[in-house]
Amino acid sequence: MEKIIDIQHLSKTFGTNEVLKDINFSVNKGEVVCIIGSSGSGKSTLLRCINLLEKPSGGRIIYKGKNILDDMHDVRAYRTKLGMVFQQFNLFNNHDVLGNCMVGQIKVLRRSKEEAKEVAMKYLKVVGMEQFINAKPRQLSGGQKQRVAIARALSMNPEVMLFDEPTSALDPEMVGEVLKVMRELTESGLTMLIVTHEMGFAREVSDRVVFMDKGVIAEEGSPEQIFNNPTQERTREFLKRTLQQNQ
Amino acid sequence: MELSVIVKTILKYWPMFLRGAGTTLFISIIGTLIGSIIGLLIGVIRTIPVPEKGIKKYILKVINAILSAYVEVFRGTPMIVQAMVIYYGSKQAFDIDMTPLFAGIFIVSINTGAYMAEIVRGGIVSIDKGQFEASYAIGMSHLQAMLNVILPQVIRNILPATGNEFVINIKDTSVLNVIAVTELFFQTKSITGINFKYFETFFIASVIYFVMTFTVTRILRFIERKIDGPENYILYANQMQVETPEDALRRERKRIGNY
Ligand SMILES: Nc1ncnc2c1ncn2[C@@H]1O[C@H](COP(=O)(O)OP(=O)(O)OP(=O)(O)O)[C@@H](O)[C@H]1O
Ligand SMILES: [Mg+2]
Repeated sequence: MEKIIDIQHLSKTFGTNEVLKDINFSVNKGEVVCIIGSSGSGKSTLLRCINLLEKPSGGRIIYKGKNILDDMHDVRAYRTKLGMVFQQFNLFNNHDVLGNCMVGQIKVLRRSKEEAKEVAMKYLKVVGMEQFINAKPRQLSGGQKQRVAIARALSMNPEVMLFDEPTSALDPEMVGEVLKVMRELTESGLTMLIVTHEMGFAREVSDRVVFMDKGVIAEEGSPEQIFNNPTQERTREFLKRTLQQNQ
Repeated sequence: MELSVIVKTILKYWPMFLRGAGTTLFISIIGTLIGSIIGLLIGVIRTIPVPEKGIKKYILKVINAILSAYVEVFRGTPMIVQAMVIYYGSKQAFDIDMTPLFAGIFIVSINTGAYMAEIVRGGIVSIDKGQFEASYAIGMSHLQAMLNVILPQVIRNILPATGNEFVINIKDTSVLNVIAVTELFFQTKSITGINFKYFETFFIASVIYFVMTFTVTRILRFIERKIDGPENYILYANQMQVETPEDALRRERKRIGNY
């Protein structure tokens, strides 16, 4: 299997706070990997290090065989290969739905307006938001915003999609519509790295589950293994706690 | 106050009032525009993330220091004094002979620029960090993020403050009479030099000032609403598909009827 992202000895400190400690893991092409773990364990930081929104303090991030932390590496070209979906959506407030999906294509990928619109419409259909192309972000519900954010990321034709708790800021009744879109994406063969608190979803769509605790990867394995037979005591405790909360 | 004096003054001196008001508006508009551009540029430069190392870091630091000094000095001194210093100073020190009008526009511009720089910086800082991050995550450079995502929002947000600056400029151009710019205050003073009716003549001037500032405020409100766009969006449906047979028939009739 071909490794698309290979993370080696990655560390990140904020001041004296060591948030990530010697992280080693990789994502294969076409794989769906879910990262779970309690609040503050460093999941978002890991994702943000991968697309360099945070500068890692140490280690290597190998993308398709190249270390992107080399000084010479073209950060912007690399970022276009990664689609990022944020917990807080972060749609561009000054653009309508269609504009959100077009501006990156036009300004960064230098696509023509016509092509950009065609691509944007294609992915807005995928997320079921093609009727809302004229709406401004402030006029949409959370679930609709997040679906547009997914379409915006897909419109750049990324090789990997990163999701940072895409449903955590949503009202319960809107979680379903976003998970449905993501479920469809997992079936399309896209490489996906998903930070989530939705255990049912993680279990269902993952090829592999990574459990993080206090800045380290405590355990990783198939969903069956992690959810049914975790080897680590802290994994068991975390799962027990989360399941209790969900009841 | 005698109404007849007011009417007489208007009838006799209206061309002077008009020219004065025109000059006042002209200087205020151009000054506010140029000042806003200066403010935008400085605001953008002052919010460039400082690199961790390299000479770029030091160049940026020096530029920022100079810009801060400019902002502080012009915000911390009265425009009437700046006008004297710049107009007479440029003549004495550099032998530059500006026309009063040019000097007036220059002074109002850089004065407005100093205020707008702070307003713009505040506007940029107050934009949600997520807007920058989403721009970077999509592969934009800092400049691209600024131009396509941040500044359009900043400009919308600072429009009320810009309008405020404009109104202040309409009023404060009156201090330019000290360097003999023939704006409204200067013209009014000249008229009183002829007719000695101070109260009535300045009363007319105050009405003209008020009409100008009030109109400008209304126009800016209107522009703000325009930029915000419609309150509601329309669902974008494929119209051919949702057309009912009745609609099609009506459309057809209308088409035939037009011939
Ligand atoms: N910019 C920052 N400066 C300082 N500390 C930070 C910063 N960002 C995150 N941290 C710290 O890093 C730790 C990990 O945060 P992170 O957001 O990665 O956790 P998380 O696993 O995503 O948690 P959650 O499930 O609540 O989103 C926390 O202790 C947090 O306080
Ligand atoms: Mg997080």
